[in-house]
Amino acid sequence: MSAPDEPFLRIEGVSKSFGTFQAVRDVSLTVAKGEIFSLLGGSGCGKTTLLRMLAGFEEPTSGRIFLDGRDMAGVPPWSRPVHMMFQSYALFPHMSVEKNIAYGLKHEAMTKAQRDDRVREMLDLVQLSQFAARKPHQISGGQRQRVALARALARQPKLLLLDEPLAALDKKLREHTQFELMSIQARTGVTFIVVTHDQEEAMTLSDRIAVMDRGRVMQVGSATEIYEFPNSRFVAGFIGSITSFEARVTGREGGQVVLEVPALGGRVLARDVPGVVEGQAVTLALRPEKLRISKDRPETGNAVEGMVKDLAYFGKDSLYRIVLPSGALVSAHAVNARRGDEATRVADWDDRVWLSFDPAAAIVLTE
Amino acid sequence: MEHSSRLSRWFDRRGWSDIIIGAPYVWLVVLFLLPFLIVVAISVATKTATAPPFSFGGEHPLVNLQGYQRLLHDTLYLRAFLTSLTNAGIAMVLCLLLGYPMALALTRVSRSWRNILLMLVILPFWTSFLLRVYAWMGLMGKNSWFNALLTDAWNWVVPVDWAVKSIPMMHTNFAVVLVMVYTYLPFMILPLYASLERLDPTLDEAALDLGSRPSRVFLDVTLPQSVPGIIAGGLLVFIPAAGELVIPSLVGNAASPMIGRVISDEFSSARDWPMASSVAVALLLLMVVPMMLYSHYQAKAEGEAGK
Repeated sequence: MSAPDEPFLRIEGVSKSFGTFQAVRDVSLTVAKGEIFSLLGGSGCGKTTLLRMLAGFEEPTSGRIFLDGRDMAGVPPWSRPVHMMFQSYALFPHMSVEKNIAYGLKHEAMTKAQRDDRVREMLDLVQLSQFAARKPHQISGGQRQRVALARALARQPKLLLLDEPLAALDKKLREHTQFELMSIQARTGVTFIVVTHDQEEAMTLSDRIAVMDRGRVMQVGSATEIYEFPNSRFVAGFIGSITSFEARVTGREGGQVVLEVPALGGRVLARDVPGVVEGQAVTLALRPEKLRISKDRPETGNAVEGMVKDLAYFGKDSLYRIVLPSGALVSAHAVNARRGDEATRVADWDDRVWLSFDPAAAIVLTE
Repeated sequence: MEHSSRLSRWFDRRGWSDIIIGAPYVWLVVLFLLPFLIVVAISVATKTATAPPFSFGGEHPLVNLQGYQRLLHDTLYLRAFLTSLTNAGIAMVLCLLLGYPMALALTRVSRSWRNILLMLVILPFWTSFLLRVYAWMGLMGKNSWFNALLTDAWNWVVPVDWAVKSIPMMHTNFAVVLVMVYTYLPFMILPLYASLERLDPTLDEAALDLGSRPSRVFLDVTLPQSVPGIIAGGLLVFIPAAGELVIPSLVGNAASPMIGRVISDEFSSARDWPMASSVAVALLLLMVVPMMLYSHYQAKAEGEAGK
């Protein structure tokens, strides 16, 4: 049905307004078959509205959605080969686990035996066979989540939408469930679209992530791309932590760009960014784990001297907050690779230390 | 937390908690159970020409079951019961059919509209009940514009042979049911609204998402979850409607009285208190059975939800 180059899911210039409020602004995305794709953003960024448009609960104000080559405009939710796992799970309280899972199947042309087989298969998939006769209020939160997943997968949708799939679970269960979701996705081959506000969840779960802000998609890429090569201050700040500084481009040197960064006390070399011109104001962003702390001035890389203002010991690593002569505060992570007591650590409160980083680690942002 | 536990300890020390828990029971015993036992006692007394018009023992048997015997053998009473139950049953079903869409609509409109509409549901209570029944009498009367309108509509629809000068509405069971539906409709709408309003709208979306059309969603998701509201509303309409006195007296057919009218007549015109009491006890038993079924259902539902 679809043309050879047609992506499995294509969202084309989709916008959605509620009255004067623009929830989604001109979003274009493509998702490949079998992918786990996350829509990541804070509350009110439009991710849930976009998901509801995919499910058919909302119609786009403008733009189009193609699924497997078919224009979804005007297709009601009950005719879409798209199923959703709701954040609250939305299990039918008056039906048993089994009946919940079987609910969508009554619209399929199947014999009763086939239906029963499918339900059994789904119960096996989510390991809930012994709870088939229970009502939703008689099982735990984690089990409810699995019933919701089984119910949404029972009709073998082309696209499964997951609205904050792990938000209602406690931390320990969340980690376990995350891997379970990935393994179920791999076994069924269904394309997953996950809405989440949790960057860690998005990064571990997804093949690709779209970071959204105020109705717009800011960046699309793999977890690594988005973390290591953010394209804007918003994305850099939203994913992981950064310390950012005002900077000005002063020139190029051996394939690197030279920045004047007043807060770091002068010249900084950074990986070249195509398109920046001399004199342009940019932002220099540094990730805490890309910074090295040492007692002596390192021979290579960018270096600046400062004083340890604060330090937090987490066991596997420590977070240092270092105050620079300019008054700027920089966060740096140090992995506690060597075993030892307090005396063996790199630096202590009020110690003078050198902070250094490779030009490649310096993120230059123009937006 | 700390505060409330101190408060409850203070109540315990003073014996206040016993009083607070006990008060409703005292109320029920003094104002419901005792009077009911008196009625039961009178129902087995013997009618006399004294004041009060009954006596126990003496030249009469101590327990006189004549009232109950007549109840079973005199078709007047059986017919009155049947009329009452039929009228109340029809009124209940009509209230449900009218009230359900109204209650559902209340849950689907915006907050501000909802308050206005709820207000409109309750508003009739602000006018005297009698006045409203008299208004209906006026509307149903032979010379009213309302009757004329219905008559014209009837004559327009049916063959010429069936044409009438006016529709005889007054003093029929139709009139009784019509006014009872009008009167008791809010008692159906409010509990239905309360149970529908609690339903999670994402359940509807989940059913739509799983391939059900809106009509199917209603049957599979909304309707089964609103059963407690249907039962509560049904009882709130059926029980008072079955014992209704004023409406059948004013607009009903005197030839086929409802049970409330029979009790009233036995008490006042016939001055046969034992007979009136027998009918009252029978009516109460008739009402208690569905009530007990309801509370059994409720307890089961709550037991399930509580686990």
